[in-house]
Amino acid sequence: MSTVEHTPSESAPDAQKWVDVQASDDFAQLKHRLRKFVFPVSGLFLAWYLLYVLLADYAHGFMSTKVIGNINVGLIFGLLQFVSTFVITTLYVRHANKHLDPLAEKLRGEIEGDGK
Amino acid sequence: MNQSSPILNISIFGVFVLITLFVVIRASRNTKTAADYLAAGRAFTGPQNGIAIAGDYLSAASFLGIAGAIAINGYDGFLYSIGFLVAWLVALLLVAELLRNTGKYTMGDVLSFRMRQRPVRAAAATSTMAVSFFYLLAQMAGAGGLVALLLGITGTGGQSLVIAVVGALMIAYVLIGGMKGTTWVQIIKAVLLIAGAAIMTVWVLGIYKLNLSSLLGAAVENAPKAGEKLLGPGLAYGKNGTTKLDFLSLALALVLGTAGLPHILMRFYTVPTAKEARRSVVWAIWLIGIFYLFTLVLGYGAGALVGPDAINKAPGKANSAAPLLALELGGPILLGLIAAVAFATILAVVAGLTITASASFAHDIYANIIKKGKEEDKDSEVKVARITAIVIGLVSIGGGIIANGQNIAFLVALAFAVAASANLPTILYSLFWKRFNTSGALWSIYGGLIVTITLIILSPAVSGTPTSMFKNADFDLFPLSNPGIVSIPVAFLLGYVGTILSKEKADPVKQAEMEVRSLTGAGAEKAIAH
Repeated sequence: MSTVEHTPSESAPDAQKWVDVQASDDFAQLKHRLRKFVFPVSGLFLAWYLLYVLLADYAHGFMSTKVIGNINVGLIFGLLQFVSTFVITTLYVRHANKHLDPLAEKLRGEIEGDGK
Repeated sequence: MNQSSPILNISIFGVFVLITLFVVIRASRNTKTAADYLAAGRAFTGPQNGIAIAGDYLSAASFLGIAGAIAINGYDGFLYSIGFLVAWLVALLLVAELLRNTGKYTMGDVLSFRMRQRPVRAAAATSTMAVSFFYLLAQMAGAGGLVALLLGITGTGGQSLVIAVVGALMIAYVLIGGMKGTTWVQIIKAVLLIAGAAIMTVWVLGIYKLNLSSLLGAAVENAPKAGEKLLGPGLAYGKNGTTKLDFLSLALALVLGTAGLPHILMRFYTVPTAKEARRSVVWAIWLIGIFYLFTLVLGYGAGALVGPDAINKAPGKANSAAPLLALELGGPILLGLIAAVAFATILAVVAGLTITASASFAHDIYANIIKKGKEEDKDSEVKVARITAIVIGLVSIGGGIIANGQNIAFLVALAFAVAASANLPTILYSLFWKRFNTSGALWSIYGGLIVTITLIILSPAVSGTPTSMFKNADFDLFPLSNPGIVSIPVAFLLGYVGTILSKEKADPVKQAEMEVRSLTGAGAEKAIAH
């Protein structure tokens, strides 16, 4: 796309270029896709963790209620924190591979000048 | 009952040291430039780095500390591991990739990117050193207790000697191997630690016919004092309103501290791209998560098979739960293996911390502040890093001897509190808040650091109670042992207020460059091909 040939790592794009890219639609789209995933999900898992901590801290009776044999609500709740962590990790990787990486790669190619 | 054999323990540990030294020396052959020494040439793959991160993160406090806490306090020990794990989502979603794209060797690279270089780098280096120092102290203090248990050395002189040997070995690894050698030590150690824990977990579950409920029942039967309370929350933190608030404070520091730990952040620079940084966090999350599930079984297993009374009578108290369980299951040989792994853990984590602190001094303070960027990436930067590593090694040997016997989990929790208060707010603001400026960065780093350390000094952990560091003095004006619940919001607030009050405008061009680079990886540091 560019008129000047650059080799990827040696060219330091000038200041104007960073500003132009920041103002471009592609970049706005990339930023939107990243933030619309990470901000709500971060809020969600922190709230879920806080709920768990508050229950473990202030609702001993409820958490000690036995469900199956010696396995109680608190243990299940704790193990669910593991499950949610693994699930969020997997979902984020899928989101990033599908929606973030291709756009980031395209922009990087344009900036570093190997998008010929 | 089987007896522990100090000679067997030392021999197995000696084999580990020889193998890792061999690997470190081999790895060092290609180490020439600053990027080689401080960032391993950025040539590790995501999975390799993920295993190394697990090696860095699963410290003696995680392995011995959590298993012991579960054996003695039951469910309340389990709470630690949940905070330590969930914290990784902050690193995965908000920090790892953006940091890899923007920085070079240290946390200071990212924080100072669009700010006035010298003051922000000085602040970032100060808080890097503070966190690393608390963490180092915890590991070295743990070494003393472990030695008492495993080698039968109970005298202070003998323990101090072993701390000095651990310190000297760590200095050797860092000097010879740099980041590449240190990373290989982490990888070897992580594999041994996770494999050892897996074997013991299957063994324990096998005894109870794969029935978790019967394991829990056996742990309750063997704990006459705690009884049923072992299975629910509250045994350690449920005494009164203050201890409950203290737990909440600790939980906050754990979940927000991980993504601000400099030795973890530095690991993201050892991979070639942001995508590999993401892969490494994913590997780390799975390995760390699975390991913490093992510790749940090991902790209750130690409670059921060894018993809380026997654990409390052992020289290392709660920290000896996992080694005693190994002795009970597989006799002196399994104990020797687990003991060697525990030693290796301390050694590897201490090496990782040392290289982080020395990199921050050499890169942020020497190359960029003293030499104003003219010496960056020159041989002198590596030389300064090596000299700093020796100094830090000697200081941590001295500190470890003084701190011998202090509670490991408590010291680690302090490191997390400082990281969550001084580092994380500054990292998040500089990555996501356009208006954030130099003054805001200085307020949040120094403010967070000062508030956290002041509250720790005024806490009951330092003075005023029988379990304090200074039992006879009494200046515990702040009721909580962990300052996180106050210091983290205050640091976020200070970063905001410092930005708003300053007349300085954020540099729009630098902000554009940082944002575009962080999201796209354009202009990021590349891997070095040898």
